[in-house]
Amino acid sequence: MGAQLRVYKRRIRSVTATKKITKAMEMIAASRVVKAQRKVAASTPYATELTRAVAAVATGSNTKHPLTTEPENPTRAAVLLLTSDRGLAGAFNSNAIKAAERLTAKLEGEGKEVVSYIVGRRGLAHYNFRERKVAESFTGFTDEPSYADAKKVAAPLIEAIETETAEGGVDELHIVYTEFVSMMTQTAIEARLLPLSLDEVAQEAKPKGEILPLFDFEPSAEDVLDALLPRYVESRIYNALLQSAASKHAATRRAMKSATDNAGELIETLTRLANQARQAEITQEISEIVGGASALADATAGSDR
Amino acid sequence: MAAELHVALVAADREVWSGQATLVVARTTSGDIGVMPGHQPLLGVLESGPVTIRTSDGGTVVAAVHGGFISFADDKLSLLAEVAELSDEIDVQRAEQELERAKAEDDAEAQRRADVRLRAATAAR
Repeated sequence: MGAQLRVYKRRIRSVTATKKITKAMEMIAASRVVKAQRKVAASTPYATELTRAVAAVATGSNTKHPLTTEPENPTRAAVLLLTSDRGLAGAFNSNAIKAAERLTAKLEGEGKEVVSYIVGRRGLAHYNFRERKVAESFTGFTDEPSYADAKKVAAPLIEAIETETAEGGVDELHIVYTEFVSMMTQTAIEARLLPLSLDEVAQEAKPKGEILPLFDFEPSAEDVLDALLPRYVESRIYNALLQSAASKHAATRRAMKSATDNAGELIETLTRLANQARQAEITQEISEIVGGASALADATAGSDR
Repeated sequence: MAAELHVALVAADREVWSGQATLVVARTTSGDIGVMPGHQPLLGVLESGPVTIRTSDGGTVVAAVHGGFISFADDKLSLLAEVAELSDEIDVQRAEQELERAKAEDDAEAQRRADVRLRAATAAR
């Protein structure tokens, strides 16, 4: 076998192996998307009920709470960025990071100091590489976040917002995550989590214009709100984590699908080239034989004379 | 037909139980509360403890609820808990072991959790 042909054969073998791997990863990601979507659906009843309850307190009483009152001039804002631990997901992480950077720039433009909280190794690596300060980071659960993970993420954030700004607390809490729109579309979005606009929550809880009943609060509206709001933040973060996980798997699936397709195309091209090389080799061999034979014939014809 | 209330017991990551019931007893921070159909709209903070649901077909469902909320309006009652388990999902032996371990390690949180589980499991029997 000629050198050229051997090189092609070797490349075909290696691309085929890569294709098998990406194909497997695509299928794994596809099954994980379904699982993650199911988790999003399973967490919805809790989130809806909680939203309803918050709306009920908001409309049923005029309680003031640090988590719902707008500070007069906010000076520090926390930004929670959700990325994934692992890459191979196309532009998933860079989109989320870009959205976070846009938001950071916007907040800084408004004269606020930004404190970053990061979920996922990818985002953390990005910030560390640029030597930016990260207040707190969480890694190791982005593929399958549990509610306990969401609590772990929410705890320092709630603590920061409850602390006075002068003592190192924050006035606002923003979250940047990737919304799972469909298998094909995932968009990085930013949302302000705190201070909570109770009117918005009320809108969300009763879109059909239904009127919430006048609740009797046990033990009191303040205590209920006190207990309710941290849970509400946790549940929102949990939902964001789940959506981000589903989006990551969908992005991985898409990236791996195009990798598989590309590998297939490459194999086709390489096979053609290999065939060509083989044909060229055969042609050359034939012409060598023919040339050799005719040279021999000429030589013998010459000696006869 | 006797009045009924629709109960949904929801944990953070799943719906634990839902169905029709005639009476729900839960422990709020200011004491035990029983809710029957037609109760005034209510929103309360739950203590960790067993919640007893008397279903319309005469059965009883007991669940261990670790903190959460009770909200009732329009004969619809929802119990929201971060963690909730039905009594028949609770492994009594494991809960006992947990309790022992929690006591040994002086972990008040774990001890309380195990205690609630055991109480729910025994209340169901």
